[in-house]
Amino acid sequence: MMTTSYKYALPVLAASLIASPAFAQEVPEHGVFILNSLLFLMAGFLVMFMACGFCMLEAGLVRAKNTTMQLTKNVALFSIAAVGYYLIGYNLMYPLGSWSIEGVLSGVFPSVAILEAVGISADQADDLSYATTGSDFFFQLMFCAATASIVSGTLAERIKLWPFLLFTLILTAFIYPLQASWKWGGGFLDEMGFLDFAGSTVVHSVGGWAALAGALILGPRLGKYKDGRVNPMPGANLPLATLGTFILWLGWFGFNGGSQLAMGTIGDVADISRIFANTNAAAAGGSIVALILTQLMYGKVDLTMVLNGALAGLVSITAEPLTPTLGVATLIGGVGGLIVVFAVPMLDKMQIDDVVGAIPVHLIAGIWGTLAVPLTNGDANFGTQIISIAIVGAFTFVVSGIVWILIKMVLGIRVSEDEEIAGLDSAELGMDSYPEFTR
Amino acid sequence: MKYIVAIIQPGKLEAVHDALLEIGVTGLTTSEVQGYGRQKGKSEIYRGAEYVVNFLPKVKVEVAVPAKIAEKVAAAIKSCTATGKIGDGKIFTFELAEAMRIRTGETGADAL
Repeated sequence: MMTTSYKYALPVLAASLIASPAFAQEVPEHGVFILNSLLFLMAGFLVMFMACGFCMLEAGLVRAKNTTMQLTKNVALFSIAAVGYYLIGYNLMYPLGSWSIEGVLSGVFPSVAILEAVGISADQADDLSYATTGSDFFFQLMFCAATASIVSGTLAERIKLWPFLLFTLILTAFIYPLQASWKWGGGFLDEMGFLDFAGSTVVHSVGGWAALAGALILGPRLGKYKDGRVNPMPGANLPLATLGTFILWLGWFGFNGGSQLAMGTIGDVADISRIFANTNAAAAGGSIVALILTQLMYGKVDLTMVLNGALAGLVSITAEPLTPTLGVATLIGGVGGLIVVFAVPMLDKMQIDDVVGAIPVHLIAGIWGTLAVPLTNGDANFGTQIISIAIVGAFTFVVSGIVWILIKMVLGIRVSEDEEIAGLDSAELGMDSYPEFTR
Repeated sequence: MKYIVAIIQPGKLEAVHDALLEIGVTGLTTSEVQGYGRQKGKSEIYRGAEYVVNFLPKVKVEVAVPAKIAEKVAAAIKSCTATGKIGDGKIFTFELAEAMRIRTGETGADAL
């Protein structure tokens, strides 16, 4: 039946395309609006799935006794990000030219996000040359939530649930959107010529800085560093960690591809295609470098480093996934893999306990990716990139640090020693991830 | 009657099972266990840091047999588990005071 109807439908469709000269040459104006919105919606649900990727990666790299807690934190933070970004984040991030402090603080702050009405016509669209406000909000919210996901992995296995979620609300409603407005909202970093295509700095290093501040104030897990020695605590489920990495890898096509922000011309579609291919190449580069380096350095490949290497490759290409060739994209990602293999033990030496390696992957590779933009994009320059990294870093680190300290003073952020030894699943939630195993 | 406990490498269970079936052992019990002998544990590297695994995974095989075949059983287990390398495991033989088949109440060698 289906085959028969296609046989009739195809010639009719082809005839209508030929009969419409506007469509044969270029997409009409409303087509651009529709295709851009479609890009945001599709890329947005790919980025949404990254929340699952982070969740599985973290669930795999914590010990079994903290699994339910890690899952709970991930689903909760994703939900809280949706509320925080709706309440003030979206309008704080996108002032649309109306600033209360020029280039720094949105003039439409504080106010909630409002979408276009139901069933609008073309003349009622907020911006007919761009995309629907609903698709834009949806797409940008997913980036905000990704920033919060980065933090949860670093602080795993010792942080209390509610203080962590309170930080998430402040991060997603205020810290992330404010600094993002400086670049993506048309603020002073954008004016300076700072380039960060999909957010090596704006998203990834911001998550990394917030995680670093939290890790310093929270302290390492009990017994992680004893008598100057590092005591590894292997993750409970490497299949989950690998699944999570592949899901993040998939989601990244939406993350970087969607950041083209337009799909209504031949040029845009070609660019999105380049971005997909370059994003994949960088992940491959990061993974291969970690594979080879851990073999050479330790005599055996370390899967967890290979997973981190692929993610660091993805973060590295995020600031400029469009202009590199496939070869250069592979190399940029490869440097990300190199960063991971050296930065993970370095953090341990400094006794900064980062359970899943989010600081090397998102912060350090994020800085590298941002610095790499001028290598392939003539519009960027190293000075502006460095100054912007420093401004965003200092702001996020200091404000996050203050927020963590305040939460620590008022609520406390760390579970007791006994609770940490028993595991957060039983201490904080009273629910094991695999109850059958112990009965 | 003798009670034989063998601690073997996890990969050797099938071979032990086949060997014991061949010499007429009618049942056996196994469990996954962890432990170490003279060679101690081993060290591994996780995310760039070395750590010692004190207890290595082994399989424990327990069989109750008539006294007259006990030596044959121990020899059969040895012959199919020995590689000559450290970590092959150990075989312990105990006197078995009594046995009972729960279903029928039979005791002694009849219960094996």
